[in-house]
Amino acid sequence: MPGAPGSGEVVRGIVSAGAYVPRARLRRSEVAEFLGSGGGKGARAVASHDEDTTTMGMEAARTALRAAPAAAVDALWFATASPAYLDKTNATAVHAALRLPADVPALDFGGALRSGIGALSSSLRSATTTLVVMADQRDGLPGGADESAGGDAAAALVLGEDSPGAPVVAQFLGGASATDEFLDRWRAPGEHRSKAWEERFGETRYLPLGLDVWVRALKAAGIEAGEVDHLVVTGMHSRASKALVSRLGKLGLHPDVAADDLSGSVGQAGTAHPGLVLASVLETAGPGETVVVLHLADGADGLVFRTTDAISDWSPVRTVAAQIESGAALPYGKFLAWRGMLNPEPPRRPEPQRVSAPAAWRSEDWKFGFVGSRDRTSGALHMPPARVSMKGGAVDDMEPAAMADLIGTVVTFTVDRLAYSPSPPIVFAVVDFEGGGRFPLELTDVDAEAVHIGDRVEMTFRRLFSADGIHDYFWKGRPAAVSGAPAPQS
Amino acid sequence: MASHGIRDRVAIVGMGCTPFGEHWDKGLDDLIVEASGDAFTSAGVTKDEVDAYWFGTAQSGMSGITLARPLQLQNKPVTRVENYCTTGSEALRAAAYAVASGAYDIGMAVGAEKVKDSGYQGLNAAGPPSDGTARTLTAAAMFSMVAPAYAEKYGVDEDQMTDVLAAISVKNHYNGARNPRAQFRREITKETVLASPRVAGRLGVFDCAGVADGAAAAIVVRAEDALRYTDKPLYIKALSFAAGSGSGLIDPGYDYTHFPECEAAAADAYAQAGITDPRRQLAFAEVHDCFTPTELVLMEDLGFAARGTAWKEVLAGTFDLHGELPINPDGGLKSFGHPVGASGLRMFFECWLQLRGEATAERQIDNGRTLALTHNLGGYPGEMVSFVSVVGTERD
Repeated sequence: MPGAPGSGEVVRGIVSAGAYVPRARLRRSEVAEFLGSGGGKGARAVASHDEDTTTMGMEAARTALRAAPAAAVDALWFATASPAYLDKTNATAVHAALRLPADVPALDFGGALRSGIGALSSSLRSATTTLVVMADQRDGLPGGADESAGGDAAAALVLGEDSPGAPVVAQFLGGASATDEFLDRWRAPGEHRSKAWEERFGETRYLPLGLDVWVRALKAAGIEAGEVDHLVVTGMHSRASKALVSRLGKLGLHPDVAADDLSGSVGQAGTAHPGLVLASVLETAGPGETVVVLHLADGADGLVFRTTDAISDWSPVRTVAAQIESGAALPYGKFLAWRGMLNPEPPRRPEPQRVSAPAAWRSEDWKFGFVGSRDRTSGALHMPPARVSMKGGAVDDMEPAAMADLIGTVVTFTVDRLAYSPSPPIVFAVVDFEGGGRFPLELTDVDAEAVHIGDRVEMTFRRLFSADGIHDYFWKGRPAAVSGAPAPQS
Repeated sequence: MASHGIRDRVAIVGMGCTPFGEHWDKGLDDLIVEASGDAFTSAGVTKDEVDAYWFGTAQSGMSGITLARPLQLQNKPVTRVENYCTTGSEALRAAAYAVASGAYDIGMAVGAEKVKDSGYQGLNAAGPPSDGTARTLTAAAMFSMVAPAYAEKYGVDEDQMTDVLAAISVKNHYNGARNPRAQFRREITKETVLASPRVAGRLGVFDCAGVADGAAAAIVVRAEDALRYTDKPLYIKALSFAAGSGSGLIDPGYDYTHFPECEAAAADAYAQAGITDPRRQLAFAEVHDCFTPTELVLMEDLGFAARGTAWKEVLAGTFDLHGELPINPDGGLKSFGHPVGASGLRMFFECWLQLRGEATAERQIDNGRTLALTHNLGGYPGEMVSFVSVVGTERD
């Protein structure tokens, strides 16, 4: 067992965590109402038409970093089984949006449902301060089990050594891993639909793998089963996960330590899920509590943590619980349209042109970071950044003005029913930011009828549209603190 | 800084204007040939006698050859002009200045737009390659933000605002119904306006200008030569233009209840023309009624009504066809649609007809005044270009 905080030994673990659960919820009962079968109980989270794994990952990363502002990240690892791009690294957009320095590498862990937990455990065994971002968007055919059981979400963890400004809130005690080549779940590249072998086969493989890893992880951490305060078991094979929890109950695990796996409220968010449930557990954990994470995917991975005193002072601005609470119902038809399963009549307007690569590169700070410029003399704020001031005669005398984390107020707004949008209508508002600056921007995660002059909005990183396979990432506004507010009744 | 203008130095001596509408059977070249031919006939000149040409089109072609080819102009100086929705007016401004400079004796401005070949509703401009961060709203949405801002600032309640905007639409359709060149020639009621499908914000289809193909043309000469071509020339009193810096979009001081570019262009034009009381000196005005709130705000920007009062004047009928100051007696963009390159020249064409007493009897204005104003704007609230002209039948 590694040294405890204050023992003089290097303490490594989780410095901060953040999660993102998109606002839209598909009530599973709606599936059966529509199709006559399928669906189930509870709800699943659904990425909006302007979200993907990159934007969700970015939102989770923002939350994690805001709760640990002194953490100096020196690597960004992004894991997803639903990448927005292949060949091109997706982590670089997150890197740009977070405005991380160029010498911080941004790398993708791609493709497999195991890549999230893999990035997490690799980082814990490295010497860097790593921001591990895990995001996933789970699809399935209409009425199928995957469509209902899946969920869209992201999680981000800052992993590194304990330091005065950025203390470890959950120390890594040890872990174990087991790898096995067998066919449980697979998906051909380009397909949205996963396929799975007969459920019983996977269960008979995962159960012994999970038990083996459990025993070895606890041993590596130097703890007994009875010391475990929180058990997080995740994986797309929910039957195997349940069976494992049940078996561990007979092996010395205290009852009721199994954490809510959020399958009823968010759905199984694949690659992101272990991070999501872990973040959720940490948000309510007190100091000195032991947390075990077990993820079942093509083998098993287990990680053991113990929360430190520092966790008392750690509080993410957007908790998982608050985000789950603030969901808004999405009609099943809209869900199908957003997932490309239904093709509604598009607006009779030309589709947008693809983004120019050099133009996007030149404006990286603006486009990805939402950084304007402020005239040093007049204070006039320019969005996008400008060289010549709109007030006074200053030329090339501006400083960067980071706007992404500021709150704005709606000055006036409109609803455009004609303009092109992947999901019309467009709600558009002129927004004045606290501390100065105005920008006309699109609102998202908002009901067109519920917008008023004077509403407060916060910025969120989104995908405006895609053309020629190029995703146009930029910022939109959304009602401030929409996460944490009571859920709108639908 | 100076804006001297060319008051009474240049005159319009011939004009042509096609009917505006969905000309499925006519291409851009047809529209150009028809409008230009009417203007040549009107002025009694041939294409070879015209020394230089300016061709306004926003999206229907590039370069002067777009005009030179259909008219078969041989090595004439032909320049294509584009300046958003002021494009047609800008072609005339260029031709007038060239004649005023002495560089040419006869100049011609032609504006044409073939909009209905695109297959889309409304106007669609494809911008240059970009970083993808600029808004992609319709013009209707951008201008729809004016209505609530105006209502809020001046305490106009919801029902009153509805009445005001509908009244503007009803008036322009009333005028257009009396104009054989208009696209829409039926009077409408307030109920029609209110029942139309929503496009953006509170604006419905009947709050928006139509979409049409069309062309118009004007021939200009030095004022002292004008009577050689026509007994009733129109003397150019003022041509002004203002391009905003676009800062209204990001300036927290901008409140969406006025268009500073239009105020600036109007002030310049009135100074050039020596106009001190436009509401009483002008016989009428043709303004850029792209959307009903636009016309409302322009009544104040152009000095026809005091700030915060235009809505009352609209309801009082001040701007009706036979009101104190008729606005858009030809039916405006509302009845004509908006072939961008042609619209500005179409407004001049109404001045040509009205001030010479040649409008159809049922819409002829006879208030004893000899000056008229045309106004265009292009772009959006906060990021706009604006043109204002004054023409008259008397040379001072």
